[in-house]
Amino acid sequence: MYKILLRQDLVPNTHLFKIEAPEVARKARPGQFIVIRIDEKGERIPLTVAGWDEKEGSVTVVCQEVGTTTRRLAKLGTGDSIIDFVGPLGIPTHIEKLGTVVCVAGGFAVAVVTPIARALKEAGNRVISILGARNRELIFWEEELRSASDELIVTTDDGSYGRKALVTEPLKELLEGDEDVKRVIAIGPSIMMKFCAKTTEPFGVNTVVSLNPIMVDGTGMCGCCRVSVGGLTKFVCVDGPDFDGHQVDWDLLFARQKTYLDEEKESLEKWQGQAHS
Amino acid sequence: MAKLNLNRVDMPRQEPEVRGKNYDEVALGYSLEQAQEEATRCIQCPKFPCKAGCPVQVDIPEFILALRDGNLPEAAKILKGKNALPGICGRVCPQETQCEVVCVLAKRGGQVAIGRLERYVADWEKANMGASVVTPVAGKPGGKKVAVIGSGPAGLTAAADLVKYGHSVTLFEALHVAGGVLMYGIPEFRLPKDIVQGEVDYVASLGVDIKLNSVVGKLVTIDELLEDGYEAVFLGTGAGLPMFMGIPGENLNGIYSANEFLTRINLMKAYRFPEYDTPVRVGKNVAVIGGGNVAMDSARCALRLGAEKVYIVYRRSDAELPARREEVENAQEEGIIFKFLTNPKQFIGDEKNNVVAMECFEMELGEPDESGRRRPIVKEGSEFTMEVDVVIIALGTTPNPLIAQTTAGLETTRKGTVVADETAGKTVKDRVWAGGDIVTGAATVISAMGAGKRAAADINEFLSKQ
Repeated sequence: MYKILLRQDLVPNTHLFKIEAPEVARKARPGQFIVIRIDEKGERIPLTVAGWDEKEGSVTVVCQEVGTTTRRLAKLGTGDSIIDFVGPLGIPTHIEKLGTVVCVAGGFAVAVVTPIARALKEAGNRVISILGARNRELIFWEEELRSASDELIVTTDDGSYGRKALVTEPLKELLEGDEDVKRVIAIGPSIMMKFCAKTTEPFGVNTVVSLNPIMVDGTGMCGCCRVSVGGLTKFVCVDGPDFDGHQVDWDLLFARQKTYLDEEKESLEKWQGQAHS
Repeated sequence: MAKLNLNRVDMPRQEPEVRGKNYDEVALGYSLEQAQEEATRCIQCPKFPCKAGCPVQVDIPEFILALRDGNLPEAAKILKGKNALPGICGRVCPQETQCEVVCVLAKRGGQVAIGRLERYVADWEKANMGASVVTPVAGKPGGKKVAVIGSGPAGLTAAADLVKYGHSVTLFEALHVAGGVLMYGIPEFRLPKDIVQGEVDYVASLGVDIKLNSVVGKLVTIDELLEDGYEAVFLGTGAGLPMFMGIPGENLNGIYSANEFLTRINLMKAYRFPEYDTPVRVGKNVAVIGGGNVAMDSARCALRLGAEKVYIVYRRSDAELPARREEVENAQEEGIIFKFLTNPKQFIGDEKNNVVAMECFEMELGEPDESGRRRPIVKEGSEFTMEVDVVIIALGTTPNPLIAQTTAGLETTRKGTVVADETAGKTVKDRVWAGGDIVTGAATVISAMGAGKRAAADINEFLSKQ
């Protein structure tokens, strides 16, 4: 069993879990993910790491309530345990000194972008981050990302906080401006990553995205997470999760993410029925 | 001398129309009377060719004799002396090509049903003795620390033998249960998971420390283990990477690798969705591509999930099917439809990316190829379309490259297998052995167990000289 050392509510439906996993904490790197299972009847889901503390022996993940597993996880609190915690999986985000790098964080992905931005800054890059959310209520870790970056731009879709814009607007302006942007790292909802990649494509700026398909084992065994990148089939769990956003077949990713829509609905209804009875 | 009895005692099975709707074990096993009647047919011949036919050299005539005489604790003890996993082997070993084919009665068509007897004794022990036959043996003076990577048949066998030699053994498993392909791959109706868990528990009870959720290569590397006090490492990580065909439409929704389909069902219990959280798509018309045991398992799972029509699509003919004949017959009895000399050309999807059809070629057989089987050749212009809504690709697996990629000094082949000495499993890397599918590519449970056993002996010999 893996103990939840800390559960923290960040914004509505989004929670932080610090989980005791000393061996994983020693090895985790920015951009990698872990796979959890809540209990005996639970499914395995991947979550990208938001932090790790080797001394404390803990790994931090942030999850948004979407389906049955994330909602069940949200019912757990500090001191509770989950049955399985596996990692670190996937290839860490490639960190090197390039010059100026733009990090785009959409919604709760700020939790996974922050350690990446910090590592890039520590490697000597000038890091400009863009933090975007639907509205003010959904913004968290603004200060964490600001301190991990040289500059931070905040946007909301409705203008309730920061600039009223989608993340692609300041991104495009940065690419048009004087900054010599060497790489863009865009992580968030798949649709946001797609449009970030579309935005950077005309500028020919290398754009790294972190894909989040459905997974089962997370170790290369099943091929559930296959995506098409540059015309080649790749397994996100072992070949990624980071890929060149200009090469990703986004429509295929979106379609495959919807494979179990009906089952997800059925599972959620069953669980909600139980939870309320 | 009594007259030779060539009549093998049949093993009762669930009727096809019943079993096609449940996940309970198909073969029901002998009763004591049936087992003893079958055991009595063994003539206790002087040369016991059966032992040599067994990759782990089980003392077959001896355990059969004890069973015949009704001394079941003794039969179990003899069996477990060489084989830590008899309940598994009694069910999934291809005895017909190993111990039974060389039985002296085989020439006259009446070979002793060794596998069924092995199963009977293992099940009797599980039901009547639990783990009481076992005394933990780990940590003898002079014992060394050994790491075994992967808890499938090769790893479990190597770990059990190494701990019996007196070493301290840590068994690393990437998934959340031990057993490897025995847990995620082979379905409940052919190999019940409580049988596997019972034998895993037995290996643990010997003193093997099983570490689950530990992906070696990510969590820790082989070199780190060797620096960290482990004096030898055995790699038994199998062949877990599924092969796809590389034809158009293969990434449509509803197209699974057999590994994914079987993992969802066996490991994650998707057949009990939504009680269990993991779903699996239930097709109306399911095509399984391939003709091995994994293809048969996938087809029979799809049938049990409630598919109306399940096809085995195989590019050669009945005679070349690589699956065990028993499994082919089980599948046929249950109503699986075999489409021989057929090979997919492409998969066709709807606007939501769901597979709806499969275009196939008819094939014909040409001259034998390097495998000795007649080469399938496309009949030009023979394309036809089958309606399918789930496709399972069961064309084999290759080793997961994770360990090879993260271990300096390990030699691999073009096929991704690890190069190791054929008998002892020694790799070119100091203090590292390997065995099972990681060396041979996808093969059988028992051949992996044999490799684990031989490597354990070689590791022990190496360590005793340290």
